[in-house]
Amino acid sequence: MIIFEHVGKAFADVVAIDDLSLTIAEGEFVVVIGRSGSGKSTTLKLLNRLVEHDSGRIVFAGDEIRRFKPEELRRRMGYAIQSIGLFPHWTVEQNIGTVPELLGWPRARIRDRVTELMELLDLAPETYRGRYPHQLSGGQQQRVGVARALAGDPAVLLMDEPFGSLDPVTRETLQQEIVRIHKASGKTILFVTHDIDEALRLATRIVLLDRGRVVQVGTAREILEQPATDFVSDFVGRGDIGIKLLGLDTVAAFVRRGESAAGDPIAISASLREALSMLVARRVDRLPVADDDGRLVGVIALADLAKPRP
Amino acid sequence: MFRTSAVKNRVLLVLVIVGAVAAWCLAFLTVAPNRLVSGTAIPLAQISDPLRDVLLLPAAILVLGVFLPQRGRTHVAVAIAATLLLFGLAWLAGAHAARLAETAVATSRTALGGGFWLLAIVAWLAAIDAIERLRRGPVAAILAQLSVLLPVIALLFAGELGQLSLLREYATRKDVFYVALARHVEIVVAALLPTLLVGIPLGIALFRRAKPKVPVFAVLNVIQTVPSIALFGLLMVPLALLAGALPGLRSLGISGIGMAPAVIALMLYSLLPVVRSTVAGLDQVPRPVVEAATGMGLTRAQVFRKVELPIALPVFLSGVRIAAVQAVGLAVVAALIGAGGMGALVFQGLASGALDLVLLGVIPVVALAVVVDAAFRLLSSYRGTPAG
Repeated sequence: MIIFEHVGKAFADVVAIDDLSLTIAEGEFVVVIGRSGSGKSTTLKLLNRLVEHDSGRIVFAGDEIRRFKPEELRRRMGYAIQSIGLFPHWTVEQNIGTVPELLGWPRARIRDRVTELMELLDLAPETYRGRYPHQLSGGQQQRVGVARALAGDPAVLLMDEPFGSLDPVTRETLQQEIVRIHKASGKTILFVTHDIDEALRLATRIVLLDRGRVVQVGTAREILEQPATDFVSDFVGRGDIGIKLLGLDTVAAFVRRGESAAGDPIAISASLREALSMLVARRVDRLPVADDDGRLVGVIALADLAKPRP
Repeated sequence: MFRTSAVKNRVLLVLVIVGAVAAWCLAFLTVAPNRLVSGTAIPLAQISDPLRDVLLLPAAILVLGVFLPQRGRTHVAVAIAATLLLFGLAWLAGAHAARLAETAVATSRTALGGGFWLLAIVAWLAAIDAIERLRRGPVAAILAQLSVLLPVIALLFAGELGQLSLLREYATRKDVFYVALARHVEIVVAALLPTLLVGIPLGIALFRRAKPKVPVFAVLNVIQTVPSIALFGLLMVPLALLAGALPGLRSLGISGIGMAPAVIALMLYSLLPVVRSTVAGLDQVPRPVVEAATGMGLTRAQVFRKVELPIALPVFLSGVRIAAVQAVGLAVVAALIGAGGMGALVFQGLASGALDLVLLGVIPVVALAVVVDAAFRLLSSYRGTPAG
């Protein structure tokens, strides 16, 4: 559990974080979002003491973080930033093995851990183990960055716009993978981004910051359906709120079982947003729905999309 | 617009033209009745030796290399032809000098002429250029460029060049030569080691604290602009006074002339490249890399040792390389204040008008500079995998 209690931080005379209070339970995927200069990166750095807080308390694992040695605290929290943070003079294997090495793991265990993580992040170990960061694509570099953050098996993962420099397709693949890793490992993740779609896709809870203050904390649905202020509505994109809400649900919620329709089916795991897009593109009001094995199970109807969730 | 031209390699074209002019218009060798008067020219055309005509073959390959498509095979052929040409030129000069020595009086000297030197440089540059064009990485290129000189060095050791005036000068001054060479290396090493010991910590300190950076670099820059002779002279006075005031210093060998002012002056000159490259090397370590390292739990010392230092190393080494090559050259001037070294031969030769003696002093300095340069380039191109 991580607790921020009335935390404040100022750089010179500029207030970066103003009275921040937030409790993060174990296993949450919290996305901190805001415009540049809103204090979102600072929030992350306060936690691993790259930036020291001026006032208030920050508690990690039952203790105020100042009671830890900074290095020990940091080794218990994975830290991933944009790909430029990889060590250019070390191989992929050395990069991923950084924290286990610091923790003094035996060589064989480090090697096994690196192999395991490379497989987890879809990097063929024998091909990429000995490569240097500059020999990898942007997406591969970022995979190494995530693997490196996970290597010491930390209780908490801190990620500062880790996918910021990637193209949309690669970014989406990595977003799916981090969700998968979160579900499989149950790790607490604190993730910073300025991209609202990324936040909606990843977060179990979103923290929206503006000029160092928390504007709203809630699930994606709460943020979209009950924006606390005009600022929130503007930030999530007033005109797109309906579309974004559709993105939170899957076809499964509205499928009319037993009915049938013509044309290629849509997967039951697809989002309602994709269903709407397909309905509009084909100029139809009903689509057949197939389950994960490809069997037709029913239809999704245009008229149902505007209804409240069953 | 892209234009296909018959000339495929312009660098080689220029070299071939310069080489042709040198071969036709300049003296290949000069012959003088003794070592002090200037001799009469012997152009290449007057040397009737079958070897001379054999050399037309590698020369022809160089000419062809200008027009052939620039493939790997062409570059290899040009590099080999240029190496053979260099070797052949030296052999031809040595053989002709030996032939002349059989009939001439003992004091007569056969010296290498401007034509030889120019042709030799052309051949060496052609080889270096061809090796660069092969793009085989820095290590292979440096080793290949040095090995171009190996056949000539072999000739030298085989005694084939013994009758050339340069080597006769060497033969009569063997003892002085090696003492001077050892002293030269001694001056350079004695200046560079303390420079590194002072310069690296100074560079690191300036990198950590930006404020004193500007004044310190201003001072180092000013030192760099003082002409070397003036700096040697400037140091003589205070050192002489110091040695006079503190007899203990004099017993350590420190005085107004000799090694002490020379070493101190070279240190002052070397400090700027060493400090600047230390700061520049550390400055170009990307901030996010340092932040990531800190964020993952490396201590301040570990960040420095495992991340900043290795990333800064290539830039740092290039600065030390510049300092070392510069010191090898500047140490020649140190002879003026009685420090000895190869400069002693150079200035003695200049004073007595013996060009061969000047060359005997200069050529080893150039060779030393080339070797030091190559050694540092090899060192900085080596990308070791640091122990994790």
